[in-house]
Amino acid sequence: MKTLKYTFALLAITLFTVSCSDDDPVIVNEEEVITTMTVELVATGQTTVTLRTRDLDGDGPDAPIVSVSGPLAANTTYTGSIELLDETDLNDVDNITLEVEEEDEEHQFFFTSTVGTVAYADADANGNPVGLSFTLTTGAAGSGNFTVTLRHEPVKDAAGVSDGDITNAGGETDITETFPVTVQ
Amino acid sequence: MKYLSLLLAVVSFYNSFSQNCNSVFLGELTDYHDKTPIVGATVYIKTLDKYTTSDLDGKFKIENLCNGPLTLVITHVACETKTLNYNVTGDLFREIALEHHIEELNEVSVKTSATKKATVTAQETLIKSDALKKYSSLSLGDALKEVPGISSINTGNTIVKPMVNGMHSSRLLIINNNVRLQDQEWGIEHAPNIDINSAKQISVIKGSGALRYGGDAIGGVVVLNPARVILRDTLYGSTTINGQTNGRGYNITSSLNKTFKSGWFANIQGTAKQNGDFEAPDYTLTNTGLKSQGFSVNGGKKKFESGFEVFYSFLNNEIGILRSSHIGNVEDLVDAINSQQPFIVEDFSYDINSPKQEVTHHLLKGLYYRRFKNFGKVSLQYDYQNNQRFEFDVRVGDDRNKPALDLNLQTHSVLADVVLDNNLRRKISFGVLGRYQNNFANPDTGVRRLIPDYDKYDFGTYVTTEWVLNDVLTLDAGLRYDFNRIDAKKFYRTSRWNERGYDSDFSDIVIEDFGTQLLTNPVFNYHNISASTGVRYNLNDVSYLLGNYGLSSRPPNPSELFSDGLHHSAARIELGDLRLNKEISNRVSVSYNLQKSKYSLNVDAFLNRINDFMYLRPDSVEQTIRGAFPVWEFTQTNASFFGIDLASTYNFSENWTWSNISAYVKADDLSQDRPLIDIPAFNTRNAIIFNKPEWKNFTASLTSEWVFEQQEFPDFNFETLIASTNETVLVDISTPPPGYHLLHLYSEATFNISDKTKLNVALSVNNLLDTNYRAYLNRLRYFADDLGRNIMLQLQLTY
Repeated sequence: MKTLKYTFALLAITLFTVSCSDDDPVIVNEEEVITTMTVELVATGQTTVTLRTRDLDGDGPDAPIVSVSGPLAANTTYTGSIELLDETDLNDVDNITLEVEEEDEEHQFFFTSTVGTVAYADADANGNPVGLSFTLTTGAAGSGNFTVTLRHEPVKDAAGVSDGDITNAGGETDITETFPVTVQ
Repeated sequence: MKYLSLLLAVVSFYNSFSQNCNSVFLGELTDYHDKTPIVGATVYIKTLDKYTTSDLDGKFKIENLCNGPLTLVITHVACETKTLNYNVTGDLFREIALEHHIEELNEVSVKTSATKKATVTAQETLIKSDALKKYSSLSLGDALKEVPGISSINTGNTIVKPMVNGMHSSRLLIINNNVRLQDQEWGIEHAPNIDINSAKQISVIKGSGALRYGGDAIGGVVVLNPARVILRDTLYGSTTINGQTNGRGYNITSSLNKTFKSGWFANIQGTAKQNGDFEAPDYTLTNTGLKSQGFSVNGGKKKFESGFEVFYSFLNNEIGILRSSHIGNVEDLVDAINSQQPFIVEDFSYDINSPKQEVTHHLLKGLYYRRFKNFGKVSLQYDYQNNQRFEFDVRVGDDRNKPALDLNLQTHSVLADVVLDNNLRRKISFGVLGRYQNNFANPDTGVRRLIPDYDKYDFGTYVTTEWVLNDVLTLDAGLRYDFNRIDAKKFYRTSRWNERGYDSDFSDIVIEDFGTQLLTNPVFNYHNISASTGVRYNLNDVSYLLGNYGLSSRPPNPSELFSDGLHHSAARIELGDLRLNKEISNRVSVSYNLQKSKYSLNVDAFLNRINDFMYLRPDSVEQTIRGAFPVWEFTQTNASFFGIDLASTYNFSENWTWSNISAYVKADDLSQDRPLIDIPAFNTRNAIIFNKPEWKNFTASLTSEWVFEQQEFPDFNFETLIASTNETVLVDISTPPPGYHLLHLYSEATFNISDKTKLNVALSVNNLLDTNYRAYLNRLRYFADDLGRNIMLQLQLTY
């Protein structure tokens, strides 16, 4: 039974020697998170329209806050631009647009709209569209949706993808938002 | 006393007449365990080339011995042969203890074929090295499917988690050379860190009957043992080379074993394995390659009375995960399901890119044992394991080559086990366990921790007894108590913390408030009681019945408590629950076994009722900037598992055999009154085997593997709005794929190259007809078909 006694002693020693570090873990502020997408639609002689979706807690329970600044003008061509931000830490906002620009061959925005037609106004090194710049030509007055989707590593050479058709794109969705818009 | 006085008299007499051949050697043979005399043992006097035998008192006498060396070789039916050397300078009396009952003790037997089960009344199946060699290039999870009732839950085809009667992960203990594997086994995408080539024998125990290994084996225990030590001066080994067409893979494994009659031994074993992208019948499964290196060494001294062993094993696996399975939201999942084939199909490559896993596992063990006369055997063991897991995701910018998950799990265990075997008809074992575990989640990943930093303390103690009542009846029983304490430091998003209602129930564990995140210190203690009792009844010489009842309880694992975030490839948010309590299983099982020369049959039936069974269940839907996600929560329910496993063989003739293994399991969530998710469907495997020993032991077999469609599944389908088309669609994640039938061919022959060198050549074809299929229990079934035809050639040289 002496052996048992030794075992307990050994056990106790092991437990005490290995359980001494008690430092608190370091907080992780998530990198490469996109919390905010702002779409700015500009047309000469018209009020600039801003569409925004903002989800400060990422995959946390709070839903994103979606805002549309005002109505679009009918039969007008707007120049669109997109800005992506990481606002997880409001004191240290990261501009993710730059990352997408740098890696434009691996990103593409897709647009669908019931209020007008969208055309890409930019291209990556392979001549494929990216969508950070685009044009939106509105139709007649009415109301509908304007949907923006950002895919990471889509198959850009798949059928229809460079024309903005998302069907065969694959890849990973980083952002998707449907904005309710009115055209006057 | 009579002898002793005689001896003394002779000695004093003898001293005055030196250099005579008049010495007498008196020996008394006793059983090591209980000191009873050993009757009728043969004593060979090597130096005189003469024989004698022990009498009814275990005694023998050799007369007219000359002074000088004397060598005795003692043999007895059930004993280890013992060689003893003496130097005769006069009359001698020696008490010689022999190890009796070598079969029962299964210690330093000279027979390598001797195998022993770890339990008496549990549903246990052995897989021996002969069957294991087929799986040299595969994984533990693949090999275990030799046993009826064992299936696997896969992520692709290289991450294979064994499943016993529909249970896996934390409900299954894996014991490698008497060390409980601690390798973050809670994760469904974490395959056991075992090199199948390091095991020479595997034992699968269904249920929690093997209390020595732990009290939380709700599903079962898998015990892997390395090559046994033979008490002989010998050097042997084997080398296996394997090549396969699918994945253009190769595998080389080699082992060398050196043993000495003195009990010293040393073994070394190593494996290197590589595969490129695997192929489904119609396309390449891009980024499914695998690279694996492993080796193990052990050495020590193994004698009957005492011994020690030092064991070290290393395994490094780099596993690619199907590129197309990395998706971002539910819409991507819908696209994947609708697309029928993966979006990304590239040419074959050995490259492994993100998403991938890189896991390294070290295991170090030291064991010492000593046997005490008239008492039993005491063993002490210390083991240390270090498990480093990296998971690489598809990331952007500077983080591209940074792992998204970086966990280091270290475990120290101390075990003391005592086996009282002086009465072999009533064996008692007991022991204690102490364990400390530390998990460190590296914050440099730039991704919120999936599993928090924690310290875990375990203490366990057990007693088991085995009682051979008579030739037909054996009983066993056991009791175990475990204490577990988990002390974690976890960051919660403040929004999640409040949404879970933790702000009202757990406000006292918040250490620091960082605004959008809270640092908390959850500490939980669990007390677990487990018990087991069973009976083995021998109906006659060829058949027996087993009955067993097991009570076991399992505390929640870190994933069940702390999961908190988006699971990319499943497109869902998974949440743990701090309020979970342990689950408790009551399992009753009955088995019937029949072994005749022409046929054999084994039937295992069981009923496992689990209270507070923990599992992931969809609960609600949450909106994020990536779209809407279903939220799956760990919840507790009462569950019932019922199943029957069958194994049978029939010899048509001398050369032809038919064999079948089949398994059926039904599992239900009793509270919700619906089936449980991820339960294997009825499956049956039939084989026709031809064997001709005269033709270099040629064997050929054709196996038909038939997996039915799972009809019993919970409907977790949900509707979602596809933003780009503005349509609402039903996401069918629940419906199992159709059943499938596969044919496999296997053939082998063994050639004697020299006296001790043999070459075994095996040629096999898996999925002979290149059938397209998807398996319900493969988590990548939404994205791609399973493997197509695979032709494998394997050469095994034993020397």
